[in-house]
Amino acid sequence: MKRIVIIGATSAIAHAAARLWAGQGAALFLVGRNAERLDINAADLRVRGAASVVVHAMDATDDAAHAPMLAAAVEALGGIDVSLIAHGTLPNQRECETDSARLRAEIETNGVSVCLLAQLFANRFVVQGGGTLAVIGSVAGDRGRQSNYVYGAAKGMVARFLEGLRNRLARSGVQVLLVKPGFVDTPMTAEFDKKGLLWAQPEGVAAGILKAIDGGRDVVYLPWFWRYIMWIIRHIPERLFKRLSL
Amino acid sequence: MGSWGNLRYDPPSRQRRLFDRAAPLPASAVPLLAWGNGRSYGDVCINSGGELLETGGLDRYLAFDATTGVLRAEAGVLLDDIIRSFLPRGWFLPVTPGTRFITLGGALANDVHGKNHHVAGTFGNHVARFELLRSDGARLECSPTQNVELYAATVGGLGLTGLVTWVELQLRRVAGPAIAVENRRFHGLDEFFALNAAAEKSHEHVVAWIDCLAATPRGILMAGNHADGVPPAPTFSPAVPFTPPFSLINHASLAAFNAAYFHRPLPARQTLHLLPYFYPLDNIRQWNRIYGRRGFYQYQCAVPQAVQQDATAELLAAIRASGQGSFLAVLKTFGDIASPGLLSYPLPGANLALDFPNGGAATLELFGRLDAIVREAGGRLYPAKDARMPGALFRQGYPRWQEFSNHIDPRFSSSFWRRITET
Repeated sequence: MKRIVIIGATSAIAHAAARLWAGQGAALFLVGRNAERLDINAADLRVRGAASVVVHAMDATDDAAHAPMLAAAVEALGGIDVSLIAHGTLPNQRECETDSARLRAEIETNGVSVCLLAQLFANRFVVQGGGTLAVIGSVAGDRGRQSNYVYGAAKGMVARFLEGLRNRLARSGVQVLLVKPGFVDTPMTAEFDKKGLLWAQPEGVAAGILKAIDGGRDVVYLPWFWRYIMWIIRHIPERLFKRLSL
Repeated sequence: MGSWGNLRYDPPSRQRRLFDRAAPLPASAVPLLAWGNGRSYGDVCINSGGELLETGGLDRYLAFDATTGVLRAEAGVLLDDIIRSFLPRGWFLPVTPGTRFITLGGALANDVHGKNHHVAGTFGNHVARFELLRSDGARLECSPTQNVELYAATVGGLGLTGLVTWVELQLRRVAGPAIAVENRRFHGLDEFFALNAAAEKSHEHVVAWIDCLAATPRGILMAGNHADGVPPAPTFSPAVPFTPPFSLINHASLAAFNAAYFHRPLPARQTLHLLPYFYPLDNIRQWNRIYGRRGFYQYQCAVPQAVQQDATAELLAAIRASGQGSFLAVLKTFGDIASPGLLSYPLPGANLALDFPNGGAATLELFGRLDAIVREAGGRLYPAKDARMPGALFRQGYPRWQEFSNHIDPRFSSSFWRRITET
């Protein structure tokens, strides 16, 4: 029986992943801001076969709450096999360009709090002698673009942080997986027009996450074709790139 | 977000996906309507100029009692999801329509029926309770003993009484995924009604395919019972990849296909996986595209027992004379279990459903002739399949429509309802 902690468990991708784990009879520890919505998801996962589901309300940007959350998770599960860090927001880029408090808050939520939690779990896994840390980043972290570079900068910070963490833990049997989804049809992207072929469903992304965990991967783009799209985007010379409206 | 018949409708002014069942209804200046998975054929799920509330994000289970089989789930959960979750645990839907890609809310709002109507009644007969969110903010738990009037109005109420947030459904115990099927060819309606009556005594599920073009109505009666064993589930599911500019179903292709299908080697008894038995068309994704860009209609009507054979014969004769029709023609009888809804479709008698490519005026003229037969017989048409019935026929077929309309939420409406009440 897998023991799994999910931060940001009410997000669509996280819940889709939790359903897959529930179907395997996993024990789940769900963390999110809104206790009522966590309870709604927990009931769903119990019906779908989870061995146990415990919910824990926490704001990820509240650093002081991190360690007690980990202690509660360890107590509830006995140990942790996988932790999935999936919380985040999609900043309003325009607002951040003039509102520095907003900018700071978005970087805190999508960047700093993710790094702090990643480190917390990583250190726990070292003590345990193994485990999987999976973090949801974004293709937006691969290159700064005028349309959402605040989000991109935070996700880029996470990517670089995990790169180092992975390097540090390479000999300790801890898997550090960065998941980079492309466009996913979730409440977070509710305001977008989702007619294009590039839009994926959270269920598919979740299946990709479980597969990447089982396959021991380091970095995975979901769906797979984003790897090639982002390769091209990363290789456009800056002199040209800066003039593009992306 | 259209409907299954691919007929053209003016779009809604806004569509919004719901994710949180605890949230209030959105503020909106235009009428609201829930949209589940768009599998009704005409305009009961269409709200031109209004706002559609897509319920696909309300897809969570609330609770399941493994001893009683009572499942409580959000209204956007697909029947397909329920089958995936509970068939492996020995539970199946108590009543299922011919597609599993509909939501619980849609099944409730159309009070759908299945091949077991003679023993199980409609879907609504197995709904113990549900929550209805009204535009005044009230959340009402409705059951046969609580908020009784809104319960009766909402079962089969075409989504007009408010937003259903969750539904409690009594699942049915099954030994496994197998169905033991008996197939019988019949020639003529005398033989159909005799075979059908006998089959209903021995089988839970009974339905017939009919060849609507044959000089004497003929077809195949398929009667099934849940059985032991685990037959293989279908794995490959092809899709119709695009909509051809014209219908692939026409008189010539249909006559050939029907003759071949009728005369195909037919095992008298076989054991099937229940998926291909209940949902033969679900295995061909987007099969509605075969009717081309103009889309198609389904004509589904029920006529009372006393006149069922004569009326069915007249309907089939009129269809045959028109030379229109399609492969998809289904005949079954409804039993006398009372439906819980004010607007529930089934009545004790015969139920005939046929698809027709949209041939414009010629198709609508045929429907006018069929309407006259249904009206004379004291029958009714099925709103879930309808895109064109005259308001007068609806009002005759559903005499409790005025009582129903008192329960419509003032902020909800649909293109179907506006059409039915304004013509």
